[in-house]
Amino acid sequence: MDAKIETRKLSFFYGRNQVLKSISMKIRPDQITAFIGPSGCGKSTFLRVLNRMNDVIPTARLEGEVLLDGANIYGPNVDVVEVRKKVGMVFQQPNPFPKTIFENVAFGPRVLGMAGKVSLDEVVERSLRSAALWDEVKDQLNKSGLALSGGQQQRLCIARALATEPEALLMDEPCSALDPQSTLKIEELMQQLKQKYTIVIVTHNMQQAARVSDWTGFLLLGELVEYGRTGEVFSRPQDKRTEDYITGRFG
Amino acid sequence: MPRETFDRHLRELQDDVLVMGSMVEKAIGRSMEALKKRDLELAQQVIADDIKINQKRFEIENQCIELIIGQQPMASDLRIIVAVLNIIIDLERIGDHAEGNAKIAVMIGDEPPLKPLIDLPRMADKTRDMLRRSLDAFVNHDAEDAATICGEDDEVDQLYDQVFRELLTFMAEDPRTITRATRLIWVAHNLERSADRVTNICERVIFLVTGKMQEVGVSKY
Repeated sequence: MDAKIETRKLSFFYGRNQVLKSISMKIRPDQITAFIGPSGCGKSTFLRVLNRMNDVIPTARLEGEVLLDGANIYGPNVDVVEVRKKVGMVFQQPNPFPKTIFENVAFGPRVLGMAGKVSLDEVVERSLRSAALWDEVKDQLNKSGLALSGGQQQRLCIARALATEPEALLMDEPCSALDPQSTLKIEELMQQLKQKYTIVIVTHNMQQAARVSDWTGFLLLGELVEYGRTGEVFSRPQDKRTEDYITGRFG
Repeated sequence: MPRETFDRHLRELQDDVLVMGSMVEKAIGRSMEALKKRDLELAQQVIADDIKINQKRFEIENQCIELIIGQQPMASDLRIIVAVLNIIIDLERIGDHAEGNAKIAVMIGDEPPLKPLIDLPRMADKTRDMLRRSLDAFVNHDAEDAATICGEDDEVDQLYDQVFRELLTFMAEDPRTITRATRLIWVAHNLERSADRVTNICERVIFLVTGKMQEVGVSKY
């Protein structure tokens, strides 16, 4: 099986506190992989490990490997900026820059010096189209990103992430601050995006994981308890702990 | 963190399947009783009661729909509901077979009996026994029992063979018996089909417990 991202005996510590316990798994390209689990199970940490977002935490320590297309992103001589360009991220709270819609999307390509090959205008339009936002904002690209609705802001953040032409997209509770309508839009968008991007989503909304993902992993106390086809995990989980969690009889 | 309300609803749902099951079991028994004793009134009662069985089935199906909407069940909870949705179809159909036999009892009316009924009541008893135990296996979530009951369908098939051969002999010897014998073959066929439906229920119990969808034993008919 081809893996876009693979972890090998991945452990992660905050000081003495081990939050991920020797996780080995493969994330398939062009599929949506969801991680579920109770608060504090390590799912957000796991997601952030995949594009080295935890690097800035002083007490953090990592063991094992995270491979992107077979190459360890924690290896020597790896350019972190390059990793994050390939692996984009969208967060729980929509967090557009206090800039225009255009500048929000153009920011990454500009900083990375991507402009030139194609014009920024094209990058911005393509990214906004991919994020299913273009039609709603094409006449107001100079308006502040912060003036958009919450759901639009989140799609703007997705457009911003797509502008650097990543290969994978990490989504950390991307809909938890959104209303049901905006949530559905993002979920529909994910189905379109997965044809080009490897998507990893962390959610505490199990129904959302069941709706959007092809693969589901269940994390508990830093351990990957179960990982399999979403249909299988939610209809016939193999582990009692998964069963207890997804049937709501956990703890 | 127990889900008390949901758990209570799931128990009630399974209890209702038992209620429906006992209605169906009763229908099998009474239609055979009506055939044996030529009790037309009882036969009419079975026919009338089938409506109640059908209503019960829709009532249970509605409960399932409401639980899916309201509780968004997963894993074994979901499998219970899916099993119930399938089991009630089989129960309803077994009820139809019993109703069919009651209609045959009405059809036969007061024609002189071809022979005393022996193997047909045996088939009915065996089918009822399998049905009752399959529903016990269902509420107890007992896949082993369910598999055992599936295996017992062979006994009903053998009885069916026996009845069929015997009635064939009657018809061959005296063509005037053909109408009466054919009606009894219908009765046997209805019972044979009912027992097959019980094996379907058992397969659903196995699915409920293990998550595996498989056909357990293939009926001869």
